[in-house]
Amino acid sequence: MKAAVLVFPGINRERDMARTLRLISGREPASVWHADTELPAGTDLVVIPGGFSYGDYLRCGAIAARSPIMNAVRAHAASGGLVLGVCNGFQILCEAGLLPGVLMRNGNLRFICHDVYLRVERSDTPFTRGYNAGQVVRVPVAHGEGNYIADGETIARLEGEGRVLFRYSSPDGTIDPNWNHNGAINAIAGILNERGNVFGMMPHPENHVEAAIGPTDGRGLFAGLAEVLERAA
Amino acid sequence: MKARVTVTLKSGILDPQGKAIEGALRSLGLAGVSSVRQGKVFDIEIDDGDRAKAEALLKQAADKLLANTVIENYKVDVLG
Repeated sequence: MKAAVLVFPGINRERDMARTLRLISGREPASVWHADTELPAGTDLVVIPGGFSYGDYLRCGAIAARSPIMNAVRAHAASGGLVLGVCNGFQILCEAGLLPGVLMRNGNLRFICHDVYLRVERSDTPFTRGYNAGQVVRVPVAHGEGNYIADGETIARLEGEGRVLFRYSSPDGTIDPNWNHNGAINAIAGILNERGNVFGMMPHPENHVEAAIGPTDGRGLFAGLAEVLERAA
Repeated sequence: MKARVTVTLKSGILDPQGKAIEGALRSLGLAGVSSVRQGKVFDIEIDDGDRAKAEALLKQAADKLLANTVIENYKVDVLG
């Protein structure tokens, strides 16, 4: 795995992300500044971490999505390279047009910062192969704008093509408005692009990877990616 | 040359902020407000004096950055 973690002004989860990638893959990820125009040679995974790029000015992720490095990310994705966006990273991928839809203000207008349960919808993708379909994982969220929405046609396509990989659920995997913390349509927590190589999610799997700190349900996502990329290498 | 770009949420897009403002207006006792939708206004100065060029430029700016056309509409007014 040769991961590159993008860094924008105002991003604050890049070190958590780099630590998790190192812990699970055994390889040090590169840190790539937003003004750079190229990814390090051989990059096989681009990770856009969470935070508040450009202070969420204009719209969450809007300015970061137009920064120079994003052209390189687009090219990487166009050639089939894997891209993972978490939290603000998911917002940036949507703003960049690499994923459809928008993350709106949470339905309850509050910043939500606690653990949530996610039901894994599919296990046959590079991002979820470390889990079983139907499995429920516990990971934290920390966002004010995570309320996923898209037009009806887009939602029908996402659902029809099985591109929703995680949904907010109860601890036993029931989809219920009471457990859909931010009000996202169809309780969508993470979506895949059409080609299956770009994935964005609001929750933070990188923060639940060490038993000394708490649950380790986030490991599966990174272990699955590491496995796919080590095999390909 | 001065111009203004107004960005508003498309109809049908839920606007929790607008709803909260609507509720606050009601709690102030301002009767008669039936609904509030929040938007954004950008006041922009243009170098070029050509009106048509300015409009084209601002449309590009709105499409590329100022508005997210998945959820927002925009209006360009060149004020002269």
